[in-house]
Amino acid sequence: MKNNSTARNTSGVTKLLRIALYSVLLIMAFFYLMPLIIMLLTSLKDAEEVRNGTLLSLPGSLNFDSWSKAWSGACTGSTCTGISPYFLNSFKIVIPAVAISTLLGAINGYVISLWKFRGSNLFFAALLLGCFIPFQVVLLPMAQTLGWLGIASSTTGLIFVHVVYGVAFTTLFFRNFYQSIPGELVKAARLDGAGFFTIFYRIILPVSTPIIVVTVIWQFTQIWNDFLFGVAFSGFDSQPVTVALNNLVNTSFGGKEYNVDMAAAIIAALPTIVVYVFAGKYFVRGLTAGAVKG
Amino acid sequence: MKTNIANSGSEKTQSGRPARFNLADWMPKIVLAPTMLIAIFCIYGYMIWSAVLSFTNSRMLPSYKFVGWDQYERLFNNDRWIVALTNLGIFGSLFILICLFLGIMLAIFLDQKIRTEGALRTIYLYPMAISFIVTGTAWKWLLNPTNGIQKLMIDMGFENFKFDWLTNPDMVVYCLVIAAVWQASGFVMALFLAGLRGVDGDLIKAAHLDGASTFTTYRRIILPSLKPVFFSALVILSHIAIKSFDLVQALTNGGPGYASDLPANFMYTYTFTRSQIGMGSASAMVMLGCILAILVPYLYSELRGNKNEK
Amino acid sequence: MKKIALGLSTVALALAAANSQAGEVEVLHWWTSGSEATAINVLKKEMEDAGNTWKDFAVAGGGGESAMTVLKSRAIAGNPPAAAQIKGPTIQEWGDLGFLANIDDVAKAGHWDQILPPVVSKVMKYDGHYVAAPVNVHRVNWLWANPDVFRKAGASIPTTWDQFFVAADKIKKAGFTPLAHGGQAWQDATLFEAIALSEGTDFYKAAFIDLDDDAIKGPKMIDALTTFKKMRQYVDPGFSGRDWNVATSMVINGKAAMQVMGDWAKGEFTSAGKKPGIDYICVPAPGTSGQYTFNIDSMAMFQVDSEDTQKAQKDLARLILEPTFQEAFNLAKGSIPVRLGMPRDKFDTCADSSMDAFNAASASGDLLPSMAHGMSVNSMVQGAMFDVITNFFNTEDMTAEQAADKLSRAVKASL
Repeated sequence: MKNNSTARNTSGVTKLLRIALYSVLLIMAFFYLMPLIIMLLTSLKDAEEVRNGTLLSLPGSLNFDSWSKAWSGACTGSTCTGISPYFLNSFKIVIPAVAISTLLGAINGYVISLWKFRGSNLFFAALLLGCFIPFQVVLLPMAQTLGWLGIASSTTGLIFVHVVYGVAFTTLFFRNFYQSIPGELVKAARLDGAGFFTIFYRIILPVSTPIIVVTVIWQFTQIWNDFLFGVAFSGFDSQPVTVALNNLVNTSFGGKEYNVDMAAAIIAALPTIVVYVFAGKYFVRGLTAGAVKG
Repeated sequence: MKTNIANSGSEKTQSGRPARFNLADWMPKIVLAPTMLIAIFCIYGYMIWSAVLSFTNSRMLPSYKFVGWDQYERLFNNDRWIVALTNLGIFGSLFILICLFLGIMLAIFLDQKIRTEGALRTIYLYPMAISFIVTGTAWKWLLNPTNGIQKLMIDMGFENFKFDWLTNPDMVVYCLVIAAVWQASGFVMALFLAGLRGVDGDLIKAAHLDGASTFTTYRRIILPSLKPVFFSALVILSHIAIKSFDLVQALTNGGPGYASDLPANFMYTYTFTRSQIGMGSASAMVMLGCILAILVPYLYSELRGNKNEK
Repeated sequence: MKKIALGLSTVALALAAANSQAGEVEVLHWWTSGSEATAINVLKKEMEDAGNTWKDFAVAGGGGESAMTVLKSRAIAGNPPAAAQIKGPTIQEWGDLGFLANIDDVAKAGHWDQILPPVVSKVMKYDGHYVAAPVNVHRVNWLWANPDVFRKAGASIPTTWDQFFVAADKIKKAGFTPLAHGGQAWQDATLFEAIALSEGTDFYKAAFIDLDDDAIKGPKMIDALTTFKKMRQYVDPGFSGRDWNVATSMVINGKAAMQVMGDWAKGEFTSAGKKPGIDYICVPAPGTSGQYTFNIDSMAMFQVDSEDTQKAQKDLARLILEPTFQEAFNLAKGSIPVRLGMPRDKFDTCADSSMDAFNAASASGDLLPSMAHGMSVNSMVQGAMFDVITNFFNTEDMTAEQAADKLSRAVKASL
C-alpha cells in the first residue's frame, strides 16, 4: 500500500527535489550515526592516538586489542574478566524475562480484547498506568518484596522485576493488535466447541507473528539496556552487562582507557543493534500490521 | 506503547453467554489474575507506600513518623526542585515537538520510494536500541567545547564557531534535548512510516485525480488520517520525557551546578544519595501527578472511543 | 519503624542462614580502577590464604552513589553484604538502624586503640564499639602543580590565595590554563573547602562541622565564597562535568598549571610515569599548610548470621589493619596508611610529607574532617552544601552574600 505521490512529469524540478530529499536524508543519517562512528573510531585507536587525535581522526592502523581487552581482560574491582561473563548474565536475564512477559502479554491482550468482561477495560487502564510509573519509585519497596520472596540479588529476582514492569507494555501491544480481530471469529469458534486455550493456540497465535516480533524487540531492548534494576537488584554474580560497562567506564581512579571503554560499550550494545539491523524491517511491518490504522 | 491505541473498535460484546457455571467462563479472569495481582501489588501498592512515605520524615530507610505536608513544603521551597521542574517543562515540550516534527518529516521523505530506505530506516531507528549508558561518553565528547563539535569546526577553519551549551547553565537543557531527540525521533519516524503505509491508497489516488498537489494531499488527507498515530506518539514521548533519567546521569549528571537536573534525577538523588526518602517520595508523588494529568484524559478518550465509534 | 526494623532483621536472619556457606564474605565496594584493583587483590589473596572465600561486589560510579543504592536495596531486602565500603557519619547512620556488627574483639586483639589515631578510631566506632575497619587516610587539601608550566610563565608556586591569583594571571597570559578543574559538585566543593580552610581552623570547624549559622553567613564565609568565584576566570571553558582525572591529565601533559585535589591524584601522575618533585609538585593548598582535611576510606561490617561468615568478617577486619595490606594499598592509591608508625621507606616524598603533616596537624588540632568527602556532615547536609556551592560557581550573577544566605537556609532546611 505504498502511496507514491511524486509526480514524474515536471522532470527538472523533480530531479532537484529528489537531490534535496536525498541530501536531507543523508545529513540526518550522519547525525544519527555520529556517536556510533566516534565510538567505533576510538575503539580502534591505541591509547596514544586517543590522547592526541581529534574525535573524527582515523586510527593509524586497525587495532583490535582494546576489543579483546574489553571482552576478556579489563578489570573491574578484583576481577579481570572483561565484560564477557556479564554479557552472559544479561542473556540469562533477558531471555526468560522476554519470553515470560511476552507470553503473559499475549494472553492478557487476548482476554482484554476478545473475552471482555465487566471491568476488563478498567483493568487495562489500571495496567497502562503501570507503564508510566517512574522506576526509581519502586526500587525500595521492590527490594523488600524480593527479600520476602527470597529471590533478592539473584538472576531470578531480576527476571521477576523485568516481567512485572514489562507486562504492562506487552499487554498493551497485544491488546491493540487483537482489537482488529473480529469478535465474531471467537464467537464462531466457541459455537464449534473450541475452548479458551484452543482458540488462542489455533486461531489467535498463528496470526500474531507481527506483534510478537514488535513485542520481543521492544522487551529485548528495554531489558538489555536496563541499568537501574540491574544495579539495584543484582548480586555480585548476577550483574548484567550494563552494570559491568558502567563499572568499567566510571572507574574513579587510575588512567582512563577510552579505547577499551568504547570497545566495551559497543560490545554491550551489539545484541540490540543486531536485533534492530536484522529485525528492524519486521519491526516497522509489525507496527503497520498492529493497528496503526486510521 | 508503540502501536496505536485508539482503534476503530470492532464491537466485541459477548451476548448469549450460558448462565450456568463453567470453567471456560472463568478462564479469562483466572488467566488475568497473575497480572492483576502484580498490578495491584507492585504498581498500586508501591504507589500508595510511596504516598505514605511522602508524609513521613523517613531518611535513610523508611520510617513511619508522620509529619503532614512538611516534605511537600520543603520540596517546593527547594531551589533545585524548581529548577528540575522548569527543566522538565522546557525539555519535555521541545523534545516532543522536535521529535514529532523530525519523525513526520523523515517518515514522509522515506516514503518517497527512496532506494536505500531499508538502510536509512535502520540508521534512524538504531539509537532507540542503545541506552545512554553506552553512548553517554561519546555524547559528552561531542558536546564538550574543548574536544567536541566546536573544536571540530574550529579545526575545519570556522574560527568563531561556538557551541558550548554543555557548559552553559542557561543552555545545557538544550543539550539534553539534542541527545534525547537523537534517541527517540527515529522511533517516531517508524511509527509514522507504519502509519503512512497503512493509509488507504485509493484515497490518495482519488486526491490526485482531483488535481491535488503532493503537499496538499499530505496536509489535507494523509496527515489527518494519522491522528491516532499522532496521539500514540505523543503519549510515548511524554512518557519518555518524564522518565528521562539515564540521559541526565550519563550526559551532565545534573551539571553545571544543578542546571540540568530533571525530576527523576532529583528523586533518585534525594532518596538514595542524600538519605531523604520522605522528600524523595514527595517528589515522586508530584511526578506521578504530572503523569496522571497526561494519561487520564487520554485513557478516558481511548476507552470511551472504543464504545462509541469515533 | 520498630515493626519494620524487626521485620527486616528477622528476614535478614532467615536469609543469612539460608544463603551463607563456609567463610564467605561478600564485599561491596567502589574501588574499580586498575591501581585500586591491584590493592584490593592483595586483600583478596590474604583472605583466601586465611581460608575464606572472597565474593567481589564492585559497583563503580560517582563516589559510590550507585554502591549506596545497592547497599540500601540489599539492606531492605534483608541480605546486606558482609562488608561494605562506607565512611564518615554514614557509618553512624547505619549504626543507628542497627545493621552493623560489633568487631571489638578484633580491635582489641589488634590493639586498634593504640595503633590508630583517636580521630580515626572515633569515626570507626558506633556507640563506643568498633563497627568498621579503616583502610587509608587521604589528605584533601593538596595543590598539584606542573613546574614546567610555571617556569614557562615565569610564575612561582603560590602559598597563599593572593599569590595564587598573581601566578594565575601570569600563567593565563602565557597561554596556559591556570587551574585544571572538573565541574562536578564534589570537585567544586573540594576546591571551595580548600579556600574556606585558609580562613582558619576555627572558622572551618564552626561552619562545616558544628554548622554554626553565624559562621555560615559570616564575613569569612563571604570572603571564601568571593575567592572561590574568582576561580571561575581561571578554568578553561570545557571544565563542566569533566572527571577529576581528566583534569589531572591536563596538569600532567602541561596544558594546565595547577589542580586542587586530594592525594588520589598522585596515582594519575604515577601511572603517567611522572616523578614527584621533578615532573610535578605537591604542596598544601594555598594558605592551608599547617592544616589537614582528611578523607578516610573504611569497610563497615554488617551483621550476618552464619558463624563462618562472621569469622571471615573478622579475618577481613584484621587483615585490613595488617601492615602488608596497609602498605600495598596505600602505595597504589596515593594515600597514607591509617596505622601509626609504619615504615616509610617505600613511600614517596608526597606521602612522606602527608604523614608528617598528619602527625603535626593531629598534635596542633588542625586535623579536620573533609566536608566535600562526607567526613564532617551527613549526606543530606553535604548535599545541600554541594547544591549551593556548585550553583554559585556556575551562576554568573549570584553574589557571595546571596550564596552565603542560601547556604545558611539550605543547611537549616536539611537538619
